[in-house]
Amino acid sequence: MINVTGWHALLYKETLRFWKVGFQTVGAPVLTAVLYLMVFGHVLEDHVKVYGTVSYTAFLVPGLVMMSVLQNAFANSSSSIIQSKIMGSLVFVLLTPLSHWGWFFAYVGSSVIRGLAVGLGVFIVTMFFAMPHFVAPVWIVVFAFLGAAMLGTLGLIAGLWAEKFDQMAVFQNFLIMPMTFLSGVFYSIGSLPPVWQTVSHLNPFFYMIDGFRYGFFGVSDASPWLSFGIVGTAWLVVSAIAVHMLRIGYKIRG
Amino acid sequence: MPAISFQSVCKTYPPSRQQRAQNKPGLRAVDEVTFQIEEGEFFGLLGPNGAGKTTLISMLAGLSRPTSGTISVRGHDVQRDYAEARRQLGIVPQELVFDPFFNVRESLRIQSGYFGIKNNDAWIDELLQSLGLADKATANMRQLSGGMKRRVLVAQALVHKPPVIVLDEPTAGVDVELRQTLWQFVARLNKQGSTVLLTTHYLEEAEALCNRIAMLKQGRVIALDRTSALLSSAASNVLRFKTDADLPWAIAQNARITGRIVQLPARNALEVEQLLASIREAGVAVEDVEMRKADLEDVFLDLMAGEQTPLEVAR
Repeated sequence: MINVTGWHALLYKETLRFWKVGFQTVGAPVLTAVLYLMVFGHVLEDHVKVYGTVSYTAFLVPGLVMMSVLQNAFANSSSSIIQSKIMGSLVFVLLTPLSHWGWFFAYVGSSVIRGLAVGLGVFIVTMFFAMPHFVAPVWIVVFAFLGAAMLGTLGLIAGLWAEKFDQMAVFQNFLIMPMTFLSGVFYSIGSLPPVWQTVSHLNPFFYMIDGFRYGFFGVSDASPWLSFGIVGTAWLVVSAIAVHMLRIGYKIRG
Repeated sequence: MPAISFQSVCKTYPPSRQQRAQNKPGLRAVDEVTFQIEEGEFFGLLGPNGAGKTTLISMLAGLSRPTSGTISVRGHDVQRDYAEARRQLGIVPQELVFDPFFNVRESLRIQSGYFGIKNNDAWIDELLQSLGLADKATANMRQLSGGMKRRVLVAQALVHKPPVIVLDEPTAGVDVELRQTLWQFVARLNKQGSTVLLTTHYLEEAEALCNRIAMLKQGRVIALDRTSALLSSAASNVLRFKTDADLPWAIAQNARITGRIVQLPARNALEVEQLLASIREAGVAVEDVEMRKADLEDVFLDLMAGEQTPLEVAR
């Protein structure tokens, strides 16, 4: 049942929105991640060992989980905002007394819920292929939450900025997708030439996946504290931008 | 304290890229609008397309910001004290919008939640009943006809029992049954104390429902008075007849012509005689001649046909 405060109602609505099309929003990304695991794991399992002793499939599982968390957290807030802007149904929220903080916590909160739901689904299915370790579970939870929140916030910014689906596709395909793929999901940054290692260290998505992976193996390319600091700071920065856009009604109030 | 207050409200849209390239200025959609609507009034806001009605309501609703001036709802400024102002307002938007993910009852529960109201089912049931939606409560919004979607929009606007109700052309493109249902329901709310602001193209609706009316033209208020006063300001009678022939210019310029039907303002019997004499002299054959009382449409057309208000613009 809907909670008493306005932002709980928006959080409930945004969560119900993706849950009603769960095959598309949760089931499909889980299947995609499993296909990645099957194909890449089959091809590379016997050829690659990471961190000395970790099998490639086991290494790949946390990366795929985190990639799914990030992509789906972004998709949730961005698609909801752009759809309701284009269809005009955003007016139902615009006419309410909800503050910009209410909007922020509701949209980011539902993105976190969807990201974590998909991540959990991917994890449950892929654990049958390679049972992972849980060396530092707190870091797993921290980075999963921070990553989902970061991408949910970026999705909110993209949804507010974009005026049509084309612009959203540009944001998604030319920014989010490359940064996710080039963040060490499929490989350890340590295996790259020095130049590309340096480039990778400029990608904040790398620290999300690296810190998340540390929680499973206790080994990572960067210190989890460094990753936490960078990801946390990046989230604060993008949150400040998103809250400002909501406060001034960027492209939603004339 | 007025239910709604507009004080020197202006809205100027910045020039588009194309307008800038051609060194053209932006559009001033609302120009120094000042009026108040008192508690319990049924107030009509009339004007042709592009007169600024929807812009004015968008600013009242917080969907856009005035370039200058202030708007308040029951003493709450719509910018500085927006949360309280929006709690006082129930707005039925002009566009037929809906959220395709939810059914009718879910949409109304969610809308209640935005206003911090839980366990609102008793009022939601009453709204569904009053608006003829009771058997559609579990239907998905996508499955509803246009008229039914319009009813849901009205229910969504009223879900938090707002004391001030704004209806932006709510009967545009809907059938007679819905109009009747809607007006009966809104009139009942008005009798119970709600203030109603209505914009409509159906002038007979405004005449029947509104006790006061403002008319907008090119962003400015050109008339603001009680409906009865506006009606008495127009020619009290209208001469109506049908003809297939062209009327003399001197008569045609004052006439409202709809196909074969011609309507001419005539204050008294002498004017009627003079008009008919002029028509006979011009050799125009007429039929079905009758007199009727002037209505709001006559007032509206008189005012709209008046001297053009210069459209002020800003760069």
